[in-house]
Amino acid sequence: MSETVSQARHGYAVEMIEITKNFPGVLANDKVTIRIKTGEIHAIVGENGAGKSTLMNQLYGLYRQDSGEIRIFGEKKVFFGPRDAIKAGIGMVHQHFMLVDTLTATENVVLGSEPVKGLNFDIRGSRQKVKELSEKYGLYVDVDAKIEDMPVGMQQRVEIIKTLYRGAEIIILDEPTAVLTPQEVEELFLIMKNLQKNGKTILFISHKLNEVMEISERITVMRGGKVTAELITKETSEREIARAMVGRDVVLKIDKLPHRPGNVIFEVKDLWVKDNRRLEAVNGVLLQVRQGEVVGIAGVAGNGQTELVEAITGLRKTEKGQLIFQGKDVTGAHPRTLREMGMTHIPEDRFKYGLIKPFPAYYNIILGRHYKTPFAKGAFLDHKEVKRYASEVMEEFDIRPRIIEHLGGNFSGGNQQKLVVGREIKANPKFMIVAQPTRGLDVGAIEFIHNQILRMRGQDVGILLVSMELEEIFSLSDRILVMYEGEIMGEVRPEETTIEEVGLMMAGKRLEEVRGDKQ
Amino acid sequence: MKKMLESIAVPVIAVLIALVISAFVILAIGKNPIQAYKILLHGAFGSKQAIIDTLIKSTPLILTGLAVGFGFRAGVFNIGAEGQMGMGALVAATFASNFGGLPPAIAIPLTLLLGMAAGAGWAAIAGLLKAKTGAHEVVTTIMLNWITTYIASFMVTGPLVTGYGSPKSPEISTSAQLPILMRVGAMELSAGILISILAAIFMYVFLNKTTTGYEIKAVGFNPYAAEYGGISVSKNIILAMAISGALAGLAGVTELMGVHHRFLGELAGGKGFDGISIALIGQNNPIGIIFAAILIGALRTGSNEMQFMGVSKYIVMITQAIVIFLVAADRIVRAIYARKKVTA
Repeated sequence: MSETVSQARHGYAVEMIEITKNFPGVLANDKVTIRIKTGEIHAIVGENGAGKSTLMNQLYGLYRQDSGEIRIFGEKKVFFGPRDAIKAGIGMVHQHFMLVDTLTATENVVLGSEPVKGLNFDIRGSRQKVKELSEKYGLYVDVDAKIEDMPVGMQQRVEIIKTLYRGAEIIILDEPTAVLTPQEVEELFLIMKNLQKNGKTILFISHKLNEVMEISERITVMRGGKVTAELITKETSEREIARAMVGRDVVLKIDKLPHRPGNVIFEVKDLWVKDNRRLEAVNGVLLQVRQGEVVGIAGVAGNGQTELVEAITGLRKTEKGQLIFQGKDVTGAHPRTLREMGMTHIPEDRFKYGLIKPFPAYYNIILGRHYKTPFAKGAFLDHKEVKRYASEVMEEFDIRPRIIEHLGGNFSGGNQQKLVVGREIKANPKFMIVAQPTRGLDVGAIEFIHNQILRMRGQDVGILLVSMELEEIFSLSDRILVMYEGEIMGEVRPEETTIEEVGLMMAGKRLEEVRGDKQ
Repeated sequence: MKKMLESIAVPVIAVLIALVISAFVILAIGKNPIQAYKILLHGAFGSKQAIIDTLIKSTPLILTGLAVGFGFRAGVFNIGAEGQMGMGALVAATFASNFGGLPPAIAIPLTLLLGMAAGAGWAAIAGLLKAKTGAHEVVTTIMLNWITTYIASFMVTGPLVTGYGSPKSPEISTSAQLPILMRVGAMELSAGILISILAAIFMYVFLNKTTTGYEIKAVGFNPYAAEYGGISVSKNIILAMAISGALAGLAGVTELMGVHHRFLGELAGGKGFDGISIALIGQNNPIGIIFAAILIGALRTGSNEMQFMGVSKYIVMITQAIVIFLVAADRIVRAIYARKKVTA
């Protein structure tokens, strides 16, 4: 082996030993020990609430452990903030990029440690350095382009360069594939291999088992704040990982019973919507959802799905077009009107829309119906009934901890999502918008939520499903629409298409082009 | 339970630390702090008269504290209680000098309502501007404070002017004056104190028991989730400002009906701004606010007595400032504590 002396001396790049971290009411990490070998791609998998984000945030200095020790290249470290972690050679690419949209790639990379020439910002020198880094590791970026003009894949590469520029030897990638098309994922994997060849150590956090199998060398599985398995990728299987994640055997495929869709319940006619920057986000979308039908909208994040959902649910102004619900024009209707008519909404961003964090669970569970019987008696809330109902929902949807006074913000991600899902399903909808229902959830919770969605379908509820997870779209939808830059690229049936075909549409090819190319 | 103890502990410890620091200041000017505090305490609670004086001073402070505290709970920073208080008193004073023909049973509630409506309307302007244009209420309510000042000085030097000397409005009709609960010497404790306690009960019930309270809190905590849940954000922002303003207006009108009986140029005299400190010390809790207001009221009353031994009454301003500083710095203290725990 041609390992350098320093690497040979410290076989492990990262050692986190007996790490314990407590949050009020939650033991997020319980004596967790992981060891990452220098120069390996190490995957950390686990459900949300398993404690992997908490663990990584401690490694990056965002939290401090209650007890336990962190060693980097064999040396004991105490991090008081990300600055200390960066100094120790750790870089992190967050799931939500930390980039300034209006600055160029170069400016973003050097932000916070700008090189100077005399009194001036040495833009030319920086540009050169960024270019060199990008070439050395095969990270293609347009160094002069502004972030807002870049595709997501390139933004991610800027983030990676940023860590390298600050001297990272250990790079944490937090769910890096969540925002990418299948093609972009392949590119990312090439980059990861390249980084590895150059001696970098990579921590890859994911819950997509096929990706973990493809790219990693070793896998640490977490569940309930503990490490449940340390596996060598070559010697394991998806099934074994899933079992370690959930603690039982999981059916990875769900059975969708055939169901005959009924009448059209919701219709979108030539809808145009602008985003927060007043740029076109949805450009002439046309779609119909029938009773007892799941219509899936596939697409890479940021192609207008968010704005489409917000427009349909009355949270965003429409520029042009019509929304028709049960035959009535509901364009511009207030969310309360839509809820009264039988529309519910599982929002993609449960922190922004789904939950009021300082409210206890029993208040969150009645949001949207709080002013009606049985929860309100005249002007007053009927606390007894509200609490009784909350216990019922928490029981039915297995929301833990089963404490109705627990604050919304203190539940783990998966339980917060169950709370939202439970609330919206129990409101007896006729039409339901389901956006990213399983983002960041564990296999067990995903299975549960998928079954709930299909149960609603069986009860003749019309469902519009928006998801970035192709697997989810394929296993739940009756019809799939692919969205790219605010337009529908084509409509396909899951049984008549392939992941590749949908992937190409997600990258901006129209169905006719995709099918035309093949012939 | 533990949480409740914790929220009481912070202001209580803050007050104790503030008294210790102020003691050093008193020492520095060459006086005996223990003696000074003894006199302060005596001046605030030492006699029937002192207690009544403290309660009279606390009444408007409870109400402005509730006004600001209510705003905080609803996610708005109503820094304009001062102006709303003045507006409430001014509008009520304008009409209430003609209420002589009405029996008190009508004149008193009518005058109270006038004052509350004026405060509510005045604050609702800021609410409307925030809801419709996004203009921040801190800016707009401060502007409204100045407008109040000028309108008030115009009214008491122009249309309402009466008598000689400092500008003032005519006395309001006797039937519109609040009944006196207790009289010691020249001190008259009016029913205003009861009104302020009723207002605290109202705030507690409204925020914790009603659907509208639920909606207002939801908007304050997370306007996106509120809108998602079918709660109109703009309607509730305006409503929250209006209720906050009504409480401030009530502070003004009880001052008018229970203490001065006429509008004076400087009726609010900073009590609206004191409301901010009081809400902070009382942790936006109605009961906490009552105690915080009585604390500030007691410091003010007691400090007059303290002056006789040559300790400036502004010492209590220092005490008050340190209390606010410490309560506001609560988070800093907690962060330092958390850091120590890890290093240890």
